Amino acid sequence: MSWKLHIDKESLEKMHNHAEQDYPDECCGFMYGSFDDENVRQVTVIRPVSNVKPGDKSDRFQIDPLDYRKAEQFALLQDLDLVGVYHSHPDHPAEPSEHDLKQAMPVFSYIIVSVQDGVATATRSWRLDDEKEFQEEKVLEKIVNS
Amino acid sequence: MAKIVIPTPLRKFTDQQREYEADASTVKESLDQLTEAYPDLAENLLDDDGNIRSYVRIYIGDDEIGDLENGATEVDEDTVISIVPAIAGG
Repeated sequence: MSWKLHIDKESLEKMHNHAEQDYPDECCGFMYGSFDDENVRQVTVIRPVSNVKPGDKSDRFQIDPLDYRKAEQFALLQDLDLVGVYHSHPDHPAEPSEHDLKQAMPVFSYIIVSVQDGVATATRSWRLDDEKEFQEEKVLEKIVNS
Repeated sequence: MAKIVIPTPLRKFTDQQREYEADASTVKESLDQLTEAYPDLAENLLDDDGNIRSYVRIYIGDDEIGDLENGATEVDEDTVISIVPAIAGG
């Protein structure tokens, strides 16, 4: 696979901060940007959203459907694409779980941030192939010239 | 008539269309028309028994349509049906 996801440093740091702040719970949020082509996409904006999973949030996350609808609306208003969703894995690897696979939607990129002892240590991105299996896409930090 | 809003991850199956106008009188008829117009969408929207998949929710306005039994809900030209992914994981 030659899938790539470009993300700017600020968005990546914001995501890591969110993951560390919510530790030992899982955090989640939306990623916006653009689909360049079949293989390459850009993330330029991330927006944290509440993990509304009832009970233990240390190994599950859930996004309120109304928050999802707001996310689509935000993308439309900002002329951005809703590229995908990020979430954290407290004290677990940045690899999709069975539950992640069960709930995954096509097209979306799923970034997973591994948080070990409260520190974000790995960031990997995944998306479904045509056989509905997760394949990794390379996360590339984008240098933004000011 | 009803307008169906297609979420980003399913637009791959609707030629990138964000919306679909269904000439139907119920929610179920509207969704049937949509999946007839875009057959590849059906697999991602419905399970083998024809029920809405667990990771997808159907809303009219802010009200969730729990299952297709409730799909008999009538629609008119002002009705907006939203297909909403139930985003979750572990």
